[in-house]
Amino acid sequence: MGSILRIEKLEKSFGGVTAVDGIDFEVNPHQIKALIGPNGAGKTTIFNLISGIYPVTSGTIRFKEQIIDGLKPYIIAEKGISRTFQNVQVFEDMSILENVMLGRHCRTRSGFLAAALNLRKTRAEEKRIREYSLEMLSFVGLEAKRDEAASNLVFQQQKLLEIARALATEPELILLDEPVAGLSVPETDEMVQLIYRIREIGITILLVEHDMGMVMQVSEEVVVLNSGQVIAEGTPRQVQNNEAVITAYLGERETENANYTKS
Amino acid sequence: MKKKNLIVLVILAGVTMAIPLGLGNSYYLNVLVFVGIHSLITIGLSLLMGYAGQISLGQAAFFGLGAYTSGILSTKFGVSPWLALLAAIFVTGGIAFLIGAPALKLKGHYLAMATLAFGYIVYIIFNQASSFTGGPSGFGQIPRFRLGNFLFKTDVHYYYLVWILVIVALLISLNITHSRVGRALRSIHAGELTANVMGVNTAKYKIQIFVLSAVYASVAGSLYAHFITFLNPSPFGFHFSIVLVTMVVVGGVASVWGAMIGAALLTILPEYLRAFQDYDILIYGSILLLIMVFLPKGLFVGIFDLVKKRKNRQ
Repeated sequence: MGSILRIEKLEKSFGGVTAVDGIDFEVNPHQIKALIGPNGAGKTTIFNLISGIYPVTSGTIRFKEQIIDGLKPYIIAEKGISRTFQNVQVFEDMSILENVMLGRHCRTRSGFLAAALNLRKTRAEEKRIREYSLEMLSFVGLEAKRDEAASNLVFQQQKLLEIARALATEPELILLDEPVAGLSVPETDEMVQLIYRIREIGITILLVEHDMGMVMQVSEEVVVLNSGQVIAEGTPRQVQNNEAVITAYLGERETENANYTKS
Repeated sequence: MKKKNLIVLVILAGVTMAIPLGLGNSYYLNVLVFVGIHSLITIGLSLLMGYAGQISLGQAAFFGLGAYTSGILSTKFGVSPWLALLAAIFVTGGIAFLIGAPALKLKGHYLAMATLAFGYIVYIIFNQASSFTGGPSGFGQIPRFRLGNFLFKTDVHYYYLVWILVIVALLISLNITHSRVGRALRSIHAGELTANVMGVNTAKYKIQIFVLSAVYASVAGSLYAHFITFLNPSPFGFHFSIVLVTMVVVGGVASVWGAMIGAALLTILPEYLRAFQDYDILIYGSILLLIMVFLPKGLFVGIFDLVKKRKNRQ
């Protein structure tokens, strides 16, 4: 089987500003791949394009060889792509378990009429939703807090909840937008272990992250973006030694030296 | 549905069914018929506002569409009131669908404005299409409901009819709120975009709940038409839409129980305040103001919180 996600000549502009400027890359099944780049490089925009939040300006996004750009977000979720958000987006007024149960929505069927009449079939489905969601909660280690309001969780737990909710949609590909941003060092280690466990159950992972230590540790492949373009792609070791990458992050060597000598 | 809700529902059913035994065909029973009719509308509105987070300032128009469709069909076309009620559901639901499809793409204040404009248009039609609606002076002699040889004619008859439907509406609404659909509605309220990304067809659910709330209002309208047997436009204007929203908010927007409590309070209160003559509006306003200041989550949740606080203190 080829790539699970293939992005070709992807472009996105907002008014006159081009946020994503002709990007190509692929993600292979069961891979952990990272998108990195300075602020404003277009990383989150790419996530929003993949998950259907923004329409693409041009180019194509293929998921398992099928074109998915132009589809509504909920259909993309049904197809098997889920995600977390950079600014954690849990449903605050709902309980932790209900948050995860919402993730089961796209894998279940009961509509208004079945719900209104509370048919046996509906109750059975609801029970299955609950059981599956509890499994996902224990997968991320939040099962003890299942009945608390999501707003009561600390930041790290909200991130775990988002992952449990995303897993409840049974994704084949999960997009993690800055999974360890704002986490302490031990919390980051736990998250890395969780990411490995997600991969072990057969899910492909594409992540955006600024914590370079974490990215280099966890990713098999890294795509480096700058100003909406891919400037390097390869193993962590390859991109770390790439001249263009060093320039994007640290600026030109010569110019820096020149400035230094001047002052 | 949770057990607690089922118990409360059974108690409510018992109490409401027993009330006429004590009151007979009195003025109070007449007021309680209106509490029931208003509750039907506010239960639907609370699903729309409290659960899905969508505001409608046109609910009185759906109430009116139900009433007029039912009234016109039964009076001018000889359709039986039951069939007219059913037809009104389809007419009102259909109109809600047509209005909702574009209007629900709007958010917050804009949706409120769109539904308000819709309410005005319907109100103008009630006034102007006088060959059907009788214009501002309305029309009467709307037939009453009939079941075989039994004619619903007294307040007691209508009381039972209305309150059985209220309990059915409550049962349906509680089932919905505790289901996959209810969860989807609440997720739309909490974060529409996130809900969509997580796999909820948000546009579809918003329209469905909008139509359902219109259908509740339509049934209430049909009951009203065949109870009062006379229709004119004034009960279905903008003012009543605001009253309905107020009922839901005062009762507690995120609960169908609250919607019923709000409907009861705002229907009964003005009747009692008549004793104060010219000052009734002032007192009415003050009471609403006090509730919103001290119990901003509405009576239902507010009283629960107060009880909890007191318990914690002891």
